[in-house]
Amino acid sequence: MTLPIYVQGAWFAGAALFIFGLKGMSSPASARKGIVIAGYGMLIAIAATFLIPGLKNLALMAVALAVGGAAAWISGQKVKMTDMPQMVAIYNGMGGGAAAAIAAIEFARGDAHSTVTTILAVLGALIGAVSFTGSCVAWAKLQGVLKKAIRLPAQNAVNVLLALNAVGLGAAMVVMAPAQPELILFFFAVSLILGLIVTLPIGGADMPVVISLFNAFTGLAVGFEGYVLGNPALIIAGIVVGAAGTLLTQLMAKAMNRPLSNILFTPLVASGGGEAISGSMKEVGAIDAAAMMRYASKVIIVPGYGMAVAHAQHKVWEMTEILEEAGVEVKFAIHPVAGRMPGHMNVLLAEAGVPYDKIFDLEEINGEFGQADVALIIGANDVVNPSARTDKASPIYGMPILNADQAQNVIVIKRGKGTGYSGVENALFYTDNCRMLYGDAQPMTGEIIQHLKTMG
Amino acid sequence: MDGLLALYIFMLAAFTGYEIIAKVPVILHTPLMSGSNFIHGVVVVGSMIALGNADTVIEQAIGFFAVALGAANAAGGYVVTERMLGMFKKKEA
Repeated sequence: MTLPIYVQGAWFAGAALFIFGLKGMSSPASARKGIVIAGYGMLIAIAATFLIPGLKNLALMAVALAVGGAAAWISGQKVKMTDMPQMVAIYNGMGGGAAAAIAAIEFARGDAHSTVTTILAVLGALIGAVSFTGSCVAWAKLQGVLKKAIRLPAQNAVNVLLALNAVGLGAAMVVMAPAQPELILFFFAVSLILGLIVTLPIGGADMPVVISLFNAFTGLAVGFEGYVLGNPALIIAGIVVGAAGTLLTQLMAKAMNRPLSNILFTPLVASGGGEAISGSMKEVGAIDAAAMMRYASKVIIVPGYGMAVAHAQHKVWEMTEILEEAGVEVKFAIHPVAGRMPGHMNVLLAEAGVPYDKIFDLEEINGEFGQADVALIIGANDVVNPSARTDKASPIYGMPILNADQAQNVIVIKRGKGTGYSGVENALFYTDNCRMLYGDAQPMTGEIIQHLKTMG
Repeated sequence: MDGLLALYIFMLAAFTGYEIIAKVPVILHTPLMSGSNFIHGVVVVGSMIALGNADTVIEQAIGFFAVALGAANAAGGYVVTERMLGMFKKKEA
């Protein structure tokens, strides 16, 4: 089928705008413009598709666009920033599902394709289907619908068996093309179950990496189906995202010091491992904490997911402004995996009004803790645990951490004495220069603000 | 489509994606993941073509499903990315 030049031109323009947009999104100053540019690319590509001569089911198509688009648009407007990771997961899963469905239609039609085309259609279908069910599980876990990690006995063996099955069925579809309907159904069923079973045992802490991986998967699936349909715009967009997503996944896994193979095949065990910790936790009151920061010259705040859950970010920013007014230098230190996705904490702080030039990455700020009078840790735990540097027996050994322990004083706002997400004891809390401020992050920060105000 | 030509497109697109992400600050990783999520929402175009060529009721049903999912991917991905990026601002001088 040769397409009219205006359709091809529009798709070309769409692909170009996607790349321009993505490039724009790679710097904070131009990021907003970037997504808008990419948005225009999408509108142009969709509008042009309607103009393809001889296309059937146009009314059905318009209804589907309206239903899917509106539902996602509204839910996207409403979602809270803390819930963003699972929202990205579910939208991503839908893209994977769409790619798999395109392949399903191609198989159902049974048109003769070259072997290469069939192979790519099968691969795209497999990857897309895995991304679809896997992302749904990721959503359910982060949303709290699915509370526990479900591990089958001999989980890894089941995974491998299912994967081999899916690949075997896919190979059969290539060899026997055009495939029988039973084979097609069976292939999709096994692929969908594979995504489900692989994702179910993965814990919440590892989920961001998995979401990123599925994002890359969907990209690849879209790229492959783009080849099947002979549409370069789909190929380019899909493969760009596939490559970018793969790199992003690696960066995240590296930041957590959890090789991808570990995340997929071994759960993070909350073992009691690690050296015994000596010393005791020392409590401090809000008034003392306020005084320590008020008369400091430099304070570094380390926010964690606990701060976001307590919705304390607005209070924290209010406190920061008071301290700055009083001449204290305040910086925010963000661990790459703070929040539920890399960069998630930045989004939460940005929502509270914290300018991004006050927010620093691990590499940028780690040298500065030594000069800080106070490191204030709010709802973070594992990312400041010095055991990761020193204790080879600790499950988190080797994970890069923020060197908050090097500050003159450390104040930790924490709900209780429990361990962090990984279930590991934090040696920092027992050191001499560390004080614990027990309480919910939001009222506690409010109390500090009250005391700061009386200090003038 | 010419297989060899497609291979070149695959190669260049992969390189482009890799290069764009390689220099991105961590602060933008979440919006970028969401933004790239939006971009593969272009799958909706493929879904439309598939639905547009559908003949049987089953094909139409799957096609409808594909278009709705693709549209949701694109629309949702755009909204959440735009919302996140709209919040990033520099300190006013």
